[in-house]
Amino acid sequence: MEKNISFKLKIWRQRGPKEKGQFKVYEMKDIPTDTSFLEMLDILNEQLINAGEEPVVFDHDCREGICGMCSLYINGHPHGPATGATTCQLYMRRFKDGDTITVEPWRSAGFPVIRDLMVDRRAYDKIMQAGGYVSINTGGVPDANAIPISKEKADLAMDAASCIGCGACVAACKNGSAMLFVSAKVSQLALLPQGQVEAARRAKAMLSKMDELGFGNCTNTRACEAECPKCISISNIARLNREFIAAKLSD
Amino acid sequence: MWLIDSSIGRKVVMSVTGAALILFLTFHMAMNCAALFSAEAYNAICEFLGANWYALVGTAGLAVLMVLHFVFAFWLTIQNRKARGNVRYAVSERPKSVEWASQNMLVLGIIVFVGLLVHFANFWSKMQLQELMDTQAIVNGVAVAPTDGAALIEYTFSQWYFVLIYTVWLAALWFHLSHGFWSMFQTIGWSGSKWQRRWQVIGNIYVTLVILGFLSVVYFYFFKSLC
Repeated sequence: MEKNISFKLKIWRQRGPKEKGQFKVYEMKDIPTDTSFLEMLDILNEQLINAGEEPVVFDHDCREGICGMCSLYINGHPHGPATGATTCQLYMRRFKDGDTITVEPWRSAGFPVIRDLMVDRRAYDKIMQAGGYVSINTGGVPDANAIPISKEKADLAMDAASCIGCGACVAACKNGSAMLFVSAKVSQLALLPQGQVEAARRAKAMLSKMDELGFGNCTNTRACEAECPKCISISNIARLNREFIAAKLSD
Repeated sequence: MWLIDSSIGRKVVMSVTGAALILFLTFHMAMNCAALFSAEAYNAICEFLGANWYALVGTAGLAVLMVLHFVFAFWLTIQNRKARGNVRYAVSERPKSVEWASQNMLVLGIIVFVGLLVHFANFWSKMQLQELMDTQAIVNGVAVAPTDGAALIEYTFSQWYFVLIYTVWLAALWFHLSHGFWSMFQTIGWSGSKWQRRWQVIGNIYVTLVILGFLSVVYFYFFKSLC
């Protein structure tokens, strides 16, 4: 049921990567609860622009939960209080009249703030470039039925592949570890015969890139899987550990 | 060396040393339980171990495991704090599925270590150390043979504050191990969507039994001293 709510927005403002940021409080009046969280920020920005102030910078693109661009650490949770949903899928009906909503950027050494709520997540691209692919060295596409894959394996690979690379796992982790992301990207290929050819090399290359970029060490707190908008399981982390240890032992 | 250079390798060191320490605790608890039935039986175990070469080798091995577990714990924690960045979240909330212990392993470990120092003062310094130096500890005005562990248990746990300290110590150990047990299987990759839950349940039962074993001796002797 639609109604209007008024609340305070406590938003992190930071002019640049090197500058010191601070929270600024904005009063939001009569926002319909059917508004999405990002639309609400659009409303805020319109008000700021009309008042001659700088709008709040935040990442967004598809606004339907698949591109992985939106981020935002809302009231202590990456992507806000909803489970299995990205920030763009969050609606104001989750909040109450008179609330104070705290909005922060992802905070991690691996994801430095560019401006306000926007962080630099290119570290994930670098990890992918280190080995998150399958090399195709020969001609045509093989027949789809040439390589049988069990339903169970296919499902697990698809579950891992649902990772959108938004970085919520790093944002949620007290260690700033990117293990859930890396493990999903390793698993989606390691589970399938096409990916197994390069599995050992991939696990080693992606993990060492992750370490090199300054992400932390996983301590199995499970905060990542609890906050992941795509509900990626930490069983993928166990698989990555297995792949990596096996690769190192066979070296 | 991948056990030092890679994040998974460093975690494997934590996992394997932790597993070895849990096994040690299991044996220690089993030996303690002998004191529930007979002081002579317990002292026979003390005599069998004492400062014999195999007990000394075992002690040295344990010390190495402990130091590794410790050094890596601090090293990992420092790296992890650095990876978190300089600015902390203003608001953060622990999701329901995240155990409290899992986020406080270092603090719990430090409590366990401090308890260990008390434990060394209570027992090790009066047993193996005395035997090595060929002397006898004076407890409560009387000389106690280094292999008379039962007398030391009786003396230590007749004092309520030691009972309290050991209870807090063992409770911290329970929290530490309740996360550590399944976590070590997760780290070496022997886990998955099914086994993660199984290890967690097995771990909770196993760790509870070990800690109850330790506590039973403490309280048995405490209540015995009251009677």
